Amino acid sequence: MDKESPLDPRGLDINPLETRVSRRKVLIAGTVTAASGALPAMATLANEATAPAEARPVVMSKVTFEVNGQSRSLELDTRTTLLDALREHLRLTGTKKGCDHGQCGACTVIVDGRRINSCLTLAVMNEGAKITTIEGLGTPQNLHPMQAAFVKHDGYQCGYCTPGQICSAVAMLDEVKAGIPSHVTGDLTARTRLSVDEARERMSGNICRCGAYSNIMDAIGDVAGGLA
Amino acid sequence: MKAFSYERARTPAEAAAAVARQSGAKFIAGGTNLLDLMKLDIETPTHLVDVNGVGLDEIAKADGGGLRIGALVRNTDLAADKTVRRDYPVLSRALLSGASGQLRNRATTAGNLLQRTRCPYFYDTDQACNKRLPGSGCSALGGFSRHNAIVGVSDACIATHPSDMAVAMRVLDAVVETVDPQGQTRAIPIADLHRLPGDTPHIEHTLKPGEMITAVTLPKPVGGTQIYRKVRDRASYAFALVSVAAIVQRDGTGRVAMGGVAHKPWRVEAADAAMPQGARAVASALLDGARTTHDNAFKKPLAERTIAAVLVEAGRTA
Repeated sequence: MDKESPLDPRGLDINPLETRVSRRKVLIAGTVTAASGALPAMATLANEATAPAEARPVVMSKVTFEVNGQSRSLELDTRTTLLDALREHLRLTGTKKGCDHGQCGACTVIVDGRRINSCLTLAVMNEGAKITTIEGLGTPQNLHPMQAAFVKHDGYQCGYCTPGQICSAVAMLDEVKAGIPSHVTGDLTARTRLSVDEARERMSGNICRCGAYSNIMDAIGDVAGGLA
Repeated sequence: MKAFSYERARTPAEAAAAVARQSGAKFIAGGTNLLDLMKLDIETPTHLVDVNGVGLDEIAKADGGGLRIGALVRNTDLAADKTVRRDYPVLSRALLSGASGQLRNRATTAGNLLQRTRCPYFYDTDQACNKRLPGSGCSALGGFSRHNAIVGVSDACIATHPSDMAVAMRVLDAVVETVDPQGQTRAIPIADLHRLPGDTPHIEHTLKPGEMITAVTLPKPVGGTQIYRKVRDRASYAFALVSVAAIVQRDGTGRVAMGGVAHKPWRVEAADAAMPQGARAVASALLDGARTTHDNAFKKPLAERTIAAVLVEAGRTA
């Protein structure tokens, strides 16, 4: 069973979460200092507004889930999102952090058969879950059909949103197969059929800054056997 | 994000008791709104009680021919449920118009009801917001307010409730079932779940500390043509500027509720009564006493036009 290493191979603690917290503390300290120097009356306000209310001890919690068919056990700060657990603790950096607020879809992974934003779920909330990331869909030698279609149709430019787009598209086709309707479905009681409008609506949770949308649609259409 | 302790509850009563036990504790279900806010230090729970393992994830027939929706039923499953699609299509439509496929796969029925406003000043911790920091003022009143509320507002807050689902549930006369930390259950008509901002916009609903939503029940189907029309800045994956949930019967009578205009799903008896008289009368009743800002004054005519579009569509499909 895998156990996360707190150290990277160079022997340096590179937990980015801790790095971020300390940088923030430096910024807060700077703000308060600047305010104190310039405006004594405002210093109290700034201090009250920005000083950490109380130091809370870090709480660690254990979680075990399956990632790409492999059981992984981690002991994590409870604050760790599934996204950060995958990237920073399991070193599966295929899943990308875009907005970190569920707005862009770059972090999309498939959990228990469903696409979700891995940035908006805590790792510890996924005990026993089966997680598939872009690394688990296919390999460079044996691409998943959706990965192959993205390559064939040039469904990307910079590629940052691509793992999320592909995981989302794979699970989206399963949702259509399962008969889940969408906002643009005409008749709620009829069988769901994939069209260009349906695919666009269903993929709206994945933003592509480069605007590769038309090629992404071509790739999805290819795998789906054509879009009506 | 502030550190917090974490536990998994096995039953709803156990979850309610766990939240009541520790000050600053919160339930977490889908987490799609709570974690977003925790990352911004807008929500800073000391303890999270994970309710994903308590069950409450089924949709079943209710007494009197209605439907009982478990609090943990995901938005995707509720929207796709065959009975909901056939008998309560306005609810399916509302759910499908909200968020993204990924978010709907996690977001729950109860969490959707209790989600917090997307007012930009609530989200910006450098700005005054009576909802986030009571007594600090309301930056939205004189700020960028085109998304904000126009009815039921106060000098303290003009935030909207962002849910689409809740607007459909309001027009369907849903009832919210809860369990409290003592194990007592009660039923709250959805009209009484959310509060208007008044002087205390930080108190958004009528649940007691630790009280947990266990289900939402819908009365037996009322038929009619059911429509949810959402107007937004882009065609998908955006919050409503205004939305209209309507159930129109063949004789022109019906019910109507609006989203995007108030601190809660907005329904007015007089507006239901005005349905046969047309959109102007309905809008006038719904928006009676409206108080707009420079930025969101457009919502009044937009509301009337959206209601008109809904009534025309209902007439066409009846």
